[in-house]
Amino acid sequence: MNAIILYLAVVGCIAGWWLSRQRLMSKPWLEVGVPAEVTRGEVPGVPPVKLGLWVFMAVVGALITLFISAYLMRMHMADDWRSIPTPSMLWFNTGLLMLSSFSLYRAELDARIGWREGIAVGLAAGGLSALAFLAGQYLAWQQVMAEGFGVATNPSSSFFYLITAVHGLHLIGGLIVLGRTAYRTARGSPLAQLRLSTELCATYWHFLLLVWFALFALLLHG
Amino acid sequence: MSIASDPMTGIPAAEVEDVELYHPHSWITKYVFSQDAKVIGIQYSLTATAIGLVALVLSWLMRLQLGFPGVFDFITPAEYYQFITMHGMIMVVYLLTALFLGGFGNYLIPLMVGARDMVFPYANMLSYWIYLLAVLILAASFFAPGGPTGAGWTLYPPQSILTGTPGGQDWGILLMLSSLMLFIIGFTMGGLNYVVTVLQARTRGMTLMRMPLTVWSIFTATVMALLAFPALFVSCVMLMLDRLLGTSFFMPALVEMGQRLNHEGGSPLLFQHLFWFFGHPEVYIVALPAFGIVSDLISTHARRNIFGYRQMVWAIIIIGALSFVVWAHHMYVSGMNPYFGFFFATTTLIIAVPTAIKVYNWLLTLWRGDIHLTIPMLFALAFIVTFVNGGLTGLFLGNVVVDVPLSDTMFVVAHFHMVMGVAPIFVIFGAIYHWYPKITGRMLNEAMGRFHFWVSFLGAYLIFFPMHYIGLLGVPRRYHEIGEAAFVPASAHDLNAFITVMALIVGFAQMVFLFNLAWSLRHGREAGPNPWNATTLEWQTPETPPGHGNWGKAMPVVYRWAYDYSVPGAARDFIPQNEPPRGPAG
Amino acid sequence: MPVAIALIAVAVGSILFHLLSPWWWTPIASNWTYIDDTLIVTFWITGVVFTAVVLFMSYCVLRFRHRPGHKAEHEPENKKLEWWLTIGTAVGVAAMLAPGLIVWQRFITVPPDATEIEIVGQQWQWSYRLPGRDGRLGTVNVRFVGPENPLGIDPADPSGQDDVIVEGGELQLPIGRPVHVRLRAVDVLHNFYVPEFRAKMDMVPGQVTSFWLTPTRTGTFEAICAELCGLGHAVMRARVVVAEPPDYEAWLEQQPTFVRRLAAAQ
Repeated sequence: MNAIILYLAVVGCIAGWWLSRQRLMSKPWLEVGVPAEVTRGEVPGVPPVKLGLWVFMAVVGALITLFISAYLMRMHMADDWRSIPTPSMLWFNTGLLMLSSFSLYRAELDARIGWREGIAVGLAAGGLSALAFLAGQYLAWQQVMAEGFGVATNPSSSFFYLITAVHGLHLIGGLIVLGRTAYRTARGSPLAQLRLSTELCATYWHFLLLVWFALFALLLHG
Repeated sequence: MSIASDPMTGIPAAEVEDVELYHPHSWITKYVFSQDAKVIGIQYSLTATAIGLVALVLSWLMRLQLGFPGVFDFITPAEYYQFITMHGMIMVVYLLTALFLGGFGNYLIPLMVGARDMVFPYANMLSYWIYLLAVLILAASFFAPGGPTGAGWTLYPPQSILTGTPGGQDWGILLMLSSLMLFIIGFTMGGLNYVVTVLQARTRGMTLMRMPLTVWSIFTATVMALLAFPALFVSCVMLMLDRLLGTSFFMPALVEMGQRLNHEGGSPLLFQHLFWFFGHPEVYIVALPAFGIVSDLISTHARRNIFGYRQMVWAIIIIGALSFVVWAHHMYVSGMNPYFGFFFATTTLIIAVPTAIKVYNWLLTLWRGDIHLTIPMLFALAFIVTFVNGGLTGLFLGNVVVDVPLSDTMFVVAHFHMVMGVAPIFVIFGAIYHWYPKITGRMLNEAMGRFHFWVSFLGAYLIFFPMHYIGLLGVPRRYHEIGEAAFVPASAHDLNAFITVMALIVGFAQMVFLFNLAWSLRHGREAGPNPWNATTLEWQTPETPPGHGNWGKAMPVVYRWAYDYSVPGAARDFIPQNEPPRGPAG
Repeated sequence: MPVAIALIAVAVGSILFHLLSPWWWTPIASNWTYIDDTLIVTFWITGVVFTAVVLFMSYCVLRFRHRPGHKAEHEPENKKLEWWLTIGTAVGVAAMLAPGLIVWQRFITVPPDATEIEIVGQQWQWSYRLPGRDGRLGTVNVRFVGPENPLGIDPADPSGQDDVIVEGGELQLPIGRPVHVRLRAVDVLHNFYVPEFRAKMDMVPGQVTSFWLTPTRTGTFEAICAELCGLGHAVMRARVVVAEPPDYEAWLEQQPTFVRRLAAAQ
């Protein structure tokens, strides 16, 4: 459980830092009145949906870290662990996912300067390379299967299928949102909305790329 | 309005743009597929109550079997284990968690922080419908081949997926695991809403330190739940794979009934670690909202500010954080590395300190108060009694070596029913008597309420206090019949019968309560907007019950904290949070 | 008024119940009186706190209940009072934790002269394995489990040949001699629990767990299963007899060893 404890410690530090700026030591009963007048729109606030995405990523992070914890504990708890041959496909797939992430990064930049064609191209490239990544993951499954490691052959292969599937499902969820953003772009939605949507997609994609790095490193370790 | 002398200048107000409200067009979108947090809250509460009633009936059946073994021979051991499993899981997850977070969270958070609705109403609606689906799947397992799982609510492998356990090789365990996974997905959708709404949709002037403790506690519990439920999700997925695909995450090499199974090397303890990594925070996910709500009940009905508001907030946060590092105190005799015992016993007993501070502050709020013995206050008092009792027996079980003889006995059953069954349920009752007038516009019937209180309080205490002593004798939990055992005197069987009779009586009182809920809807006294003279925002809505969008045209502005009761010099004994200050500046 | 009386009744009733109830733990039959002592300390501390809290509540209800003209006092906090309460609580908690941890240290430190025995749980009966003349238990593996070899002893291991196997019967232990109980399970979790011994530990398939004790009182005791193990959980019982050493030796002589069992099976 070390991995998840470490993860929660990081989350806790962020929460603690945020709380430390919330005047938790103040004495609210002595303070009557409204804080300095703020009119709507002047608040440099984060859009709720953006904050929602960050909270969601924290939850997915906990989920993934728990899988990592289980992986490490299972690996060291018994002596039946046999390493699976790392399919070469995974290196290629990692490249695809990086490409996907980079395309969305470009889309986000293009949204910032308001270049609609750029957004469309970026989203399309990102979406297609993500689909290619998923197909590649499927091929990697076939490779591992061909090496004689089925789902129940050894915990190492069980975990391999499990965590790649979990990561893939999260990517598919992202693709649905990405598809919606692409549809909006094609329909010519207001730029402000596109900006936010592409930014959120890009953030989520970078997050899933990081998660993949962690999971890939784990697979190499095992 | 500028307040030059105000010390709070410079605090960022958390207000954001008004949520774009979804406006329902038909009866279906207004009451069935509603995106209004208030309706969703009520839907959550009604569903949780319905499935909770099933769990209540199951507890009667279990008690009948325990109190009068052999008399009700239609209750076989298999059914008994199915009853305890479903009773436990329903009560902990589908009733308490859903009611506190999905029910009270949805109804109260937007109203108490001055928002028009939750920030993601659509996800909020989905959250409820997925929860309902999870409940239906769970209930369906009663009708599935082999019946529901009888693995105990902890679902420990290997037995939970083997033939020696009801539902282990049938549908029962699969339906249970799928239902839990759906519940978690649904909860996550709701949970994102509660967190982001508290963070981003507070009205002007509602700084964090002005939030009522109800909001603080539901907020913290939600954050904990978002981080803890994934552990249950992970264990469910892996257990399901072990059961369906024959993987060996949790399943070691074993010989079942003379038959060598195909598993190899898995670790049952890994499951226990994952399960309790969720399971212990879960206890506080249920307890914290109860803490918060009861603080507001006590303060309002004792007409006194909550004593030590800041300490209460800090304690909520500290308890929330600490509850993630105490999980293995459920595993002292599980066969884990015994040296973990030192660490987990220490953290467990440390958590008693902030918890005790909360108890002191409730007592000190009563002290020098102006105690109105309304029904919410009565239930709050009953909560303190049962919670302190159950919390103190927790010190037995948390102290590693004392737990050795007591673990897995009826002492444990008595302890957790007192502390996370009875105590939070009393808060739920108190809260319903307190907020029913806001939700429906009418008061609950007082006479029925008092009957409900007295029978529930004294009855529940008489059920669970003596039960500790049955556990001290050494009677284990999860026995459908203790039978003849040298260490169990005959008198203990009489005590068991007594407990069963009390359980039936207390159960009956709940029927009176449900009747009251329905009856008062039409016949209750008109409540008016603020029957308890409370300060918090939900009592200051322009309409009662609050209309769609909560606040009419103008959003409320908050000028003070939530506990301005009996302020010296004030005209009334309460000042609503949105009442502007008097004086030159105001 | 009825509320205050009810609260007092709860406090006083709980104390009376505790003092007068005939339901109390069984007389101890092992060296773990320390556990009982820690429990008693915990009972005292928690009992005092519970009584104080409930009585204080009933005082508040009596003294500060609503009456016409009565007004609550506005008092947001009292730092000094809270500090004292916090320190007092911390001291009380430490007073329970410290002895608890010291006893736990003893509980997990097996004396070097303890005899090893093994208890194996399976659905739904207990088996025992005692070392033969060599004083050592042979190695085991689930692979070897079969009708003639229910405990899975490695037939190739010389130290396992003279192991004494008791299947489903009663277990005897000599009085006054420390025993290190190794616990195994063949199928699911079990827990060998003799209330008079106080000590217990889960048995987990795939690993060996243990606890130790010294029996201090002769007699026959009932062992039950204390970890849900399926349908037969409640009927998974056995007898443990603590005997004087000569009686024990005589009993041990009568039990079959592993080799003899195998021979009989063939």
